Amino acid sequence: MTDLLQLIVAGTATGGCYALAALGFTLLWQASGTINFALGEMVMLPAFAMLFLLNVAGLPLPLAFLATCALAMAVLGAGFKRVVVDPLIRHGVVPLVIATLGLSIGVKQAVRGVASAEVFTFPSVFSDTLWNIGGLRVSAADIGTVLLACAVVAALQAFLSRTLTGRAMQAVAQNRDAARVLGINVQRMVLYAFLANALLATLAALLITPVYLAKFDMGETLGMKAFYAAIIGGFNNSRGALLGGVIVGVLENLVGAYISSGYKEGVALLLFLVVIIFRPQGLLGTVEERRV
Amino acid sequence: MTRWLALAAGVAALVALPAGLKGYGVYLLSLWCVYVIAGMGLNLTVGYAGQISLGQAGFLGIGAYSAAILLQAGVPFLAVLPASALLCFVVGLLLGFPALRVQHHYLAFATLGFNMLVFLVARNEQWLTGGTFGLNNIPRPMILGWRFANRVDFYHLLLAAMLAMAALMAWLLRSPWGRAFAALRDNPIRAESVGIDTTFYTLMAFAIGAAYAGVAGVFFACLVGFIDPAPFGVSISLSMLLMVIAGGAGRFFGPALGAVVVVLLPEWLRFAQDWYLAIFGFAIVAMMVWLPGGLLSLPDRVRGRA
Repeated sequence: MTDLLQLIVAGTATGGCYALAALGFTLLWQASGTINFALGEMVMLPAFAMLFLLNVAGLPLPLAFLATCALAMAVLGAGFKRVVVDPLIRHGVVPLVIATLGLSIGVKQAVRGVASAEVFTFPSVFSDTLWNIGGLRVSAADIGTVLLACAVVAALQAFLSRTLTGRAMQAVAQNRDAARVLGINVQRMVLYAFLANALLATLAALLITPVYLAKFDMGETLGMKAFYAAIIGGFNNSRGALLGGVIVGVLENLVGAYISSGYKEGVALLLFLVVIIFRPQGLLGTVEERRV
Repeated sequence: MTRWLALAAGVAALVALPAGLKGYGVYLLSLWCVYVIAGMGLNLTVGYAGQISLGQAGFLGIGAYSAAILLQAGVPFLAVLPASALLCFVVGLLLGFPALRVQHHYLAFATLGFNMLVFLVARNEQWLTGGTFGLNNIPRPMILGWRFANRVDFYHLLLAAMLAMAALMAWLLRSPWGRAFAALRDNPIRAESVGIDTTFYTLMAFAIGAAYAGVAGVFFACLVGFIDPAPFGVSISLSMLLMVIAGGAGRFFGPALGAVVVVLLPEWLRFAQDWYLAIFGFAIVAMMVWLPGGLLSLPDRVRGRA
């Protein structure tokens, strides 16, 4: 029984990281209809940027994180939107999917060229204490990750539904033309979504790299899990991303422990297939109309 | 007329090319043929029928593994080839069903997931696929008592197969089916309203594309003689899609050119391999922004401007 609980706690923590990446994904989709296949690389790049600032520039971790956040917002947020998404978005989804696939390969191989194919360790923001709660051993990192992920989702929800800017972003997501008529600066709201995506990716990098370790291809599986989590939870719903991420994280752990470790990576896929066949809008999503 | 002459000259060059190459060069040319066959299939699914697919390497894997298993069991090559193609056709048909329910990006993830599943099965089911150790000693094909053991002979057989598959594809595209596929791509709702059975053609686009990858897989297994899960992973599917797009999706010679960019150039530029792939990735982004029709649309663009 304690084994089971322990697996669930650890799975929830991993799921929280998936959820942060998935959240960025759903935000971009809602704001601009962008499908970002370079999502995993957008987690990998900040991880390497932080490592560089830590080891080469000698900054302490909090400072390195803040500097990377600023860098990510400029390059992965505004730069990505301006250079890749803006010219392509009017051609529809597929060219953008292909461009971001190309981007993902380019970024990955460039990092491999610069930093080699080695694996780098990454310091954890949490202490490595283990708590013993009634025979259940939980690490501070797991609890911290879960709490942080929940806090981020709650904060994002509050921002989107309570503040004027957040509501304007939602208006843009629901109906661009109506939002423009109401005097909302659509491009600015879309830009905010890209900035938020960059921030979420950097935060996911901070939390997951101590576990996953920094490697040029670390984004491959992470990106894929995040997509699946987003779709399972509901593509157009922020809470759905959290739910999807946690379900994937927990089930992966359980399947790995009790059924077959070899098929652990197939769990997200199987859930995804079940969801798209029986509930294509995702567990918490709402139906989107087919456009002619 | 000049078109046919150019085509004949191209074929003659491909036939004669191994004479001037060392063993590894012939191997690369053979690999190019394998990717062109698989690429033609993907071009049908993606370029002509407009269904995005990120699972072509999975079908290549199914073709290669089924061929390896059957050939080792002593089944003659001429029976293995259609059997593997048929198997991929059926699996492709099954994969087409999600395509009926979902579009664009969902389909991309569904096919990607399918590829991951094939990879996991190949890695985990040791009794069937040998797991990470793979399958060894896959024999070169024997047709009517003639064994294509020599690498140049095998290359010529592969080239002939590629040309036959290309001819079949050209015939298919000129038939009413080809026009139905294009209608499906350009405006599915309109296609449906003028009486095209979109369900049927969507499934066929997947199944035929998959069967081409199956044929390519059979030759791949015979070419390398040893298969493990690595060449059938998700990243290979992504390269194959980029190969079709780089050459020019929906253009007949697109995959042939795309395979040069993806298979041959990296080998010749080996000294810069990591950077070659990095530049290739960024070049794809630049191409989607400035030349979304692929390399083969360049002449049209230049003519259009002039």
